[in-house]
This record gives sequence, C-alpha cells and structure tokens, in this order.
Amino acid sequence: MQVYLDNNATTMVDPLVVEAMLPYFSEQYGNPNSLHKFGTSSHPALAKAIDQVYTALNASDNDDIVFTSCATESNNWVLQSIFVDMVLNGDKNHMVTTEVEHPSILATCRFLEEQGVKITYLPVNDQGVVEAHTVRSFITDKTALVSVMWASNETGMIFPIKEIGEICKEKGVLFHSDGVQAIGKIPVDLQSLHVDFVSMSAHKFHGPKGIGALYIRNSQKLTPLLHGGEHMGGRRSGTLNVPYIVGMGKAIELATTNIEETAAKIRKKRDRLEDAIMQISDTMIVGNRENRTPNTILVSVKGVEGESMLWDLNKGEIGASTGSACASEELEANTAMLAIGADNELAHTGIRLSLSRFTTDAEIDYAISHFQNAVKRLRSISSSYATQQPTKGGEAKDCELHHP
Amino acid sequence: MAKADMLGESLWDAYSNKVTTLMNNPQHQGEISEAEAESRGNQLIVADFGAESCGDAVRLYWEIDPSNDVIVDSKFKSFGCGTAIASSDIMTELCIGKTVDEAVKITNIDVEFALRDDPDTPAVPPQKMHCSVMAYDVIKKAAGLYKGVDAESFEEEIIVCECARVSLSTLREVIRLNDLTTIEQITDYTKAGGFCKSCIRPGGHEEREWYLVDILRDTRKEMDEEKMKAAADAGATGDFANMTLVQQIKAVDAVIDESVRQFLIMDGGDMEVIDIKKSDEYIDIYIRYLGACNGCASSATGTLYAIESTLKEKLSKNIRVLPI
Repeated sequence: MQVYLDNNATTMVDPLVVEAMLPYFSEQYGNPNSLHKFGTSSHPALAKAIDQVYTALNASDNDDIVFTSCATESNNWVLQSIFVDMVLNGDKNHMVTTEVEHPSILATCRFLEEQGVKITYLPVNDQGVVEAHTVRSFITDKTALVSVMWASNETGMIFPIKEIGEICKEKGVLFHSDGVQAIGKIPVDLQSLHVDFVSMSAHKFHGPKGIGALYIRNSQKLTPLLHGGEHMGGRRSGTLNVPYIVGMGKAIELATTNIEETAAKIRKKRDRLEDAIMQISDTMIVGNRENRTPNTILVSVKGVEGESMLWDLNKGEIGASTGSACASEELEANTAMLAIGADNELAHTGIRLSLSRFTTDAEIDYAISHFQNAVKRLRSISSSYATQQPTKGGEAKDCELHHP
Repeated sequence: MAKADMLGESLWDAYSNKVTTLMNNPQHQGEISEAEAESRGNQLIVADFGAESCGDAVRLYWEIDPSNDVIVDSKFKSFGCGTAIASSDIMTELCIGKTVDEAVKITNIDVEFALRDDPDTPAVPPQKMHCSVMAYDVIKKAAGLYKGVDAESFEEEIIVCECARVSLSTLREVIRLNDLTTIEQITDYTKAGGFCKSCIRPGGHEEREWYLVDILRDTRKEMDEEKMKAAADAGATGDFANMTLVQQIKAVDAVIDESVRQFLIMDGGDMEVIDIKKSDEYIDIYIRYLGACNGCASSATGTLYAIESTLKEKLSKNIRVLPI
C-alpha cells in the first residue's frame, strides 16, 4: 500500500478537475484575448471559474481576484508592489510579518531589507501562533503593510486573522495574509473579516500546480508585478492560462462545497492517527488540535531524527515531511521549528503528517502500524535509548559543536 | 548554475548503495556492557559525541584487550540521519582488529571512502560529509579515554574544514601560492568549504574556531603588507616605478628639496606635488606652482624642463611633469 501523507506540500489533482481542464488544451485552445470565436469560446468557462473562486471565498463583486502562476508570485507581488507604491513613492518604510512565514514571504522581506525597508518579524507563542496584540504593538505611523499567514504549513495552526484584520483596519495599515494552507482546508469567508490581500495556490486543494491567485479587496491600487498586455484588467499580464484557471475554479468549488462536513471527516481520521501516535511513549504533538487545520499533525518523536524517520516511512511507501536540518540542502534548521522553540530537539525530530479528503481509513491503519515499527527500529539504534553509560569523562557536552 | 543544476538532486539518490544498505540494516548497532567486557578479561571504553539537541549524537563502544591494546569488538548507538547511522556502522567495522594507536589514525575521509560503492564516486552528497566527521571525533575521544590523555592531543595540526580535512597551514599556503581572492576559489583548490559549509563563515551548521572568510582576509592582508614592504625595499634601491604612491611622493619631494626648491625660492616662488599617475608608458607627476612661479613665463618652458630632467635623472626616465 502507498500512503501519501504530505498534502501540505502538494495534493493529488482531483480526477474531476483534470476532466474539467481537458477540453481547454487541444479542443478550445484559443487565446481568450482574440476577437475570433476560437478565442471567445473559452469565455464562458473562464467566467464560470471566476464565479467559482468568488463564491468559494465569499468575495464581494467589488473585489478583484487575479490569477497568478502560484502563491509565491502572489506573495512577491504584494510585498514588492507595496514597497514601490508606499515606500519608494510614499512616506512609509516599515512592514510587519512573522518568523514562521513561508520562504516566499521571508526571502522577499530580506530582499526588501536590502532595499532599505525595515521589517519586524513577530515571534510566535509555544503553540506556534502569533498573538494579535503583538501585531498592534509593532505598528507605527511608518508601517505600510502587515503580512501574517492564515495557517501554518508546518504546524497547521490557524492564526487570528479576524483580530489582526481589525487591528490593521483601526490603525489604517494594509493587511495581507498568505492563505495557502487555509483555503480548501477551513472555511474562509472574506466578507466576514477585514483583509486587503490574500494569496492562494490551487495545488494545495487538489487543483493543478502552476496556478494561484491574489485577492485584492475593493479593487484597490497595487502596482503590477508583471507588465505587458491588458490581461486581467491590466493587473497581471501574461496570456490567461485557460485550462489551469478552469481547473482552479473546479478544484476550489470541490474543496469548499460542504467544507464543514469534509473537514469533519478528515479531522476524524487525523485524530485517530494522532491518538495512536500519542500512545507511543515520549512523543509530543505541536499545537492544540482544536485550533489546527483538520488535516495536519506535527509530531516530535524523542530519540528519532527526522530524516531517519522519513527514510523508514518511505521504505514503507509512506510519504511524509520533516523540518529536520539534516534533510535540508544547507543543513539549516527549519525556521518555523526554531521559532516555536518548545525545545531544540523539535528542529531535529519533527515529522509532519498531512492528510487530504482522499486519505482512507485503511491508509490510516497502515500508517499507524508503520509509524510504530519505524519508531521501534530507530529507537533500538538510538543513542538516546542506550543503557550502558559512557566511561567517566566520555560524556558529551550538550551540543559542543553545533548551534542549538 | 547550469542545466545540470536546474533540477536539484534528491538527497537520498546521492547516497551510495552501501549507505542505504547499512542504514536499513546496521551490522554493529548495539551495546557492550561492562560485565560482558570484564568476563572476557577486556576493558570497555564508551564515548559519546554530539547530543540530540544538536541533531546528531553517537555513542561508541570499544572492547579492548589490555595486553596488546587491540580493539577486539566495537559497537555503536546513534541518533542521527541515515548517513550518520551508516557512518557510525562502518566506523566500528574499521576499528575492530586495530590497536588503539592504529584506530586513532582513522579519519572521516577513511569513513566516507569505506562507504563508497566505487572508489571514484562519493558515498554521500557534499552536505552530508559532515556526518562522517562525528565518527572521527568520537574515535579520538575514546582513544583519549583509554590512554588517559586529552582527545585534542591526537590532532597534529589545526583542521579548519573537517569534512575535507584541510589544515590552516595548507589554506594559507594555497591562498598565497595561487593568489586566491574568493572563497569559491579556495573551495575549488582545496575542497575546503565545499561540504557542510560550516567553516566558511559564522552562522552555519556548526560553530567553528576558524573560518575561511577570516583566513582569506588575514592572509590577503599579510600578502598586501609584504607587497608594500617589498615596494619600500625597492624604494631604497631606487626602483621608483614599483614604489607605492606615498613612497613615490616622498621620493619626488626628496629630489625637489635637494635639487630644485632652493632655486625656485630664490626667485620668490615654490611648487608642490599634487598627484602621481602611472600609465603603461609614463609616470605623470602633477605639480602646482606657488608664489612668483605662478604665471612666470619660464614655468612652462625652462623651469619645467629643469624640474623634469632632474626627476628623470634621479628617479625614472619615464617621468613627465605636468603643471596644473
């Protein structure tokens, strides 16, 4: 059996989505900007996709939802264009974000710092969440933008977007949220709270890779990132990616119709897996389960290094993810893991399991049994569980070489 | 960057089959107890290196025959990734049958080499070389415990890059001989800094005593100082073209003071050196006339000629004097 438990990285494209996309490759391939019927014949499908996205997020008709190539583009667009509009061509010089954002926010912030922008990186609490009141205390009259993720890719923890939105509205500061891990997993109603910009990506909710969007409240000003033609009302140039837009519309509709019901089903399976893991001694789950996306578990298994765990799970054909430094190209510990700071070991032992609506009960049973076996084998090798103590003088000083 | 780098290599695909096999089924994983060693009349040494909070930890067990210092059995326990477990496993295998003195000569390079499937293909991707260093460190520690000496005493030179085992003296020499100016060049010439990258600059995976950026900067500084000293020596022997600017100005001033200035002052004038610029063909000395020289008809003809020919004779035939 193969079990895919890495749905926060990407998801399987729903076959219904593929089916909806297929006619727009070789049958209706016209450029929607063309005047002839080859071009215009795709307009009804595009209009439907736009409707599907607006409906899924309960966006107002006065808002813009602009299709982009991915959420990384959407995040870059907001940050870089706010820099152009309000720092280069305005009197602001400050942005507020968090320590646990996706690299497409953090790396862009570092780039903006090189351009002279001051950035405040808000810390998270032991639940891995930014508390709304900390946002308030860092906003100054020079603050152009606050950017806080809706839910964490690593922990699944949901951030207080409604409260932060109110603070930003009160202070007159623009508010952006990277909604990638929230949309399709939990209800997102853009008219029930105040947020100026929201980034999203279709491949996180069973749509295709290479298509995302940026929500822009009330069609407000935001200098384009990509200049060119008059596509998407001039907001984002580049020939409309017709099949992928159609796919994203279908995917978001499927992911958000009856979302409470679907989420409850996923949550039930997730909780069963989580309960079984908690039965193993010396395991720690990050974050209160009630305030988490219903599909995500981040667990620390004492004495078992994350890459080893991933290795053993992979041998059992289970795909998961680790924030362990050892598994990264540059041996850098995951920033989100370090920011939570519950203990340093989390940075080396964290395993993330993320389910989807396609995860079955049989797969959960299989995953539980393999997880238990992997922990058993790796702990039998682990020095953390050795019984014979070192010769006097042979003890290791805690972390004598490495950064904690 | 080029075509081959467009799709990053999968970490696990870069592991040798030996690494994979030993990770899946380590041969020497386990413990030796004090009682077991004693029952065979042997001495047990147990050494730890690293800690769970650092990301990797290894515990090495040596059962040593005290009559001849031979390691008759060795086992390990490891908290770490696949390459850490495989490195620990091959390390114990390399230790068995050796005397303590022989074992202490095993380096991380030997450990990595023993994990290779064929001699020309690295067993692990560059950033994982670091795991084999743990094996080397824990062996030194165990040997130190057995012999009652400090583990550091086994190290004869200062190792800056442990992954590639490049010493401080080698780095300094290579920078000098090849006139290296960048970290990338150092890595190309010595492999130092090409693996876990901790030794390049502070803030990497490990805290280090020596960093390549500092060694490069300090060596370059020494080289510059030596160059200046050489130039100063050249000044003493009259090699004007190779002096530094400051030395050249001083030399010109000295000649002016000695042979020119007195005549200018007699006529109520003076001059000062403004700048010296070197081109391929000429050394241009820019001067400014002061007092009565300023506007004097001879200042562009006879006086100028006299100054220039004096400097040419005393310093360099390539000198041109340009009043401004």
